[in-house]
Amino acid sequence: MPSAPPAPDEVKASRLLVTLGGGGVVAGMLLVVAFGLTLPTIEANKARELAAAVNEVLKAPARYETLYVVGGALVRKVPDGADPKKIERVYLGYRSDDQRVGFAMVSAEAGFQDFVRIIFGYDPKTRQLLGMKVLESKETPGLGDKIEKDQAFVSQFAGAQAPLIGVKQGKRSSPREVAMITGATISSKAVIRIINNALKRLGPLVDAYPQEGKG
Amino acid sequence: MSGEISPADLHCGAPGAGAGAGARRIVPPREDLVKGFWRENPVLVQLLGLCPTLAVTNSVANSAVMGIATFFVLVGSSLLVSVSRRFIPNEVRIASYILIIATFVSVAEMALQALVPDIYKALGAFVALIVVNCIILGRQEAFAGKNPVGRSVLDAVGMGIGFIIMMLIMGSVREVLGSGTFLGVSLFGPAYEPWVIMVLPPGGFFTLAFVLLAVAWLKRRKALRARAAERHDVAVVERAA
Amino acid sequence: MGDLAWIFVSSMVVNNFTLMLFLGLCPFLGVSARIDTALRMGVANTFVLIMTAVAVWVLNAFVLPSAPYLRLIAFIIVIASLVQIVEMVIKKLSPALFRALGIYLPLITTNCAILALAIFQTNREYGLLEGVVFAIGSGAGLTLALVLMASIREGIELVDVAEVAKGTALVLLIAGSLSLAFMGFAGLLSSS
Repeated sequence: MPSAPPAPDEVKASRLLVTLGGGGVVAGMLLVVAFGLTLPTIEANKARELAAAVNEVLKAPARYETLYVVGGALVRKVPDGADPKKIERVYLGYRSDDQRVGFAMVSAEAGFQDFVRIIFGYDPKTRQLLGMKVLESKETPGLGDKIEKDQAFVSQFAGAQAPLIGVKQGKRSSPREVAMITGATISSKAVIRIINNALKRLGPLVDAYPQEGKG
Repeated sequence: MSGEISPADLHCGAPGAGAGAGARRIVPPREDLVKGFWRENPVLVQLLGLCPTLAVTNSVANSAVMGIATFFVLVGSSLLVSVSRRFIPNEVRIASYILIIATFVSVAEMALQALVPDIYKALGAFVALIVVNCIILGRQEAFAGKNPVGRSVLDAVGMGIGFIIMMLIMGSVREVLGSGTFLGVSLFGPAYEPWVIMVLPPGGFFTLAFVLLAVAWLKRRKALRARAAERHDVAVVERAA
Repeated sequence: MGDLAWIFVSSMVVNNFTLMLFLGLCPFLGVSARIDTALRMGVANTFVLIMTAVAVWVLNAFVLPSAPYLRLIAFIIVIASLVQIVEMVIKKLSPALFRALGIYLPLITTNCAILALAIFQTNREYGLLEGVVFAIGSGAGLTLALVLMASIREGIELVDVAEVAKGTALVLLIAGSLSLAFMGFAGLLSSS
């Protein structure tokens, strides 16, 4: 390929830089403005979605507070300098009389097609689940996506006893068992596995979280 | 980015985007606008921008939002490129175009995330991928970089509308057959068992293939009819002579 | 280690970039007529993907947290620059390789698969090793799809195809069948 004939380098280079640099500055300013305008709405949307999910799996608590997993324990405040968005969070719901409802935890693992992310509510006193909601899934429409669309499957989790065991349809005989969806066994097993693994990891922290008056 | 082979020349400008080439003739403004709808439709004829056409068309709502976002970026970029075409040195042409396009796409991303968060999540990475959608870079290279603002905007609007039309066609076919709904409204009732494959990846490939087949078939029929009419006319003339 | 294995298998076959995620279609439709060109395109892409993964990790770790709105611009500039650099390096180091590969390199800049890798890697917050494994897996997947398509197209070169289907429509039908076949990989490494 022929290269460009040698041109007066000084003039050309500075003009290139000015054009690109100027363009870059204008672009940057435009983006900062757009970012500033949209950020409040975006954050508000995310907060609303999270609140709705927590409410669903904790059976509509009067309020909930966010706890952070730091150094193997649950704490109310993020240590100085740390980015709260990067730390795993657990949500503690309270009834109107300030009694604890339970903890909501978010976890994700590989399902059938891709990762499945769920949030579930858990009461450490009774070791019972309060609810489960699928936040993100790319499972097969019509089959795997029943883990979020099939109300019969989803409602099993309220009142189920941890740790969960998956069984075939129609064979559920105890609160520890969860009937898996026929034709979506791997997706169903993934949900069960996610909950069990999350409880293995976070259960001790939740149990150890001190009652009111301390912490 | 002043490489010897510019990416757009080799790729985005390659088959079909012949608006830059060809003899200069006085093109009426109306044609600038209308050519993008069908005759030089960016997806059907130029075969550009296929990634989003296949990926997000599993529902009409997603297709519409994607089409509108692409339209916004296309028109905005063409406008800006055309306005500044005399100030952009040739060496940094592609870099400038990409900078302009990326800025518009970033703005579009933020706007979608704020206004329609559910659809934004469904569209996923494809909103950001508008940056490398060859339709946009191709139009800057082939048209907006060399033509006055008015014509560039008309060209961009035409191409954008052509893209939206294709997105809606794909989206309608796939959603109606694959989910039994249109814009979320169930068409056939709960007993209907939809062709789930249509909203899955193979369905995207097959749908576009059949749309192209249908277009080719229609064109061939038109050409055959024209030839038959010609032969008929010639025969009439011969008989009369 | 199980995580890395899942990332590799998922990006290579289960969620193949071309056949399941519709990325990298322009080279797929344009460069897949002969097996050797398909292979070279795939290898060139994989190379750029790996370098992009590293660059994106650096950007995400050190530069972008303070300016998230510049993410897209930064990615596309880095990708375009990487392709230029790779082109120059290959030309200097091995003119033979440049003659074989070089023509495909500029095409990679507008290949949506590269930018998509950058975005996925960012959204999933992959570390450096995970990012590189992801790049190798997706590059292998791209190459696999390209070579499979090329083999089929070479095989049907002499077959009598209906006039209306010749060209892109036929390639899309083949791609749809390949995609259908690849759907069978779902669930690999996922059950327990």
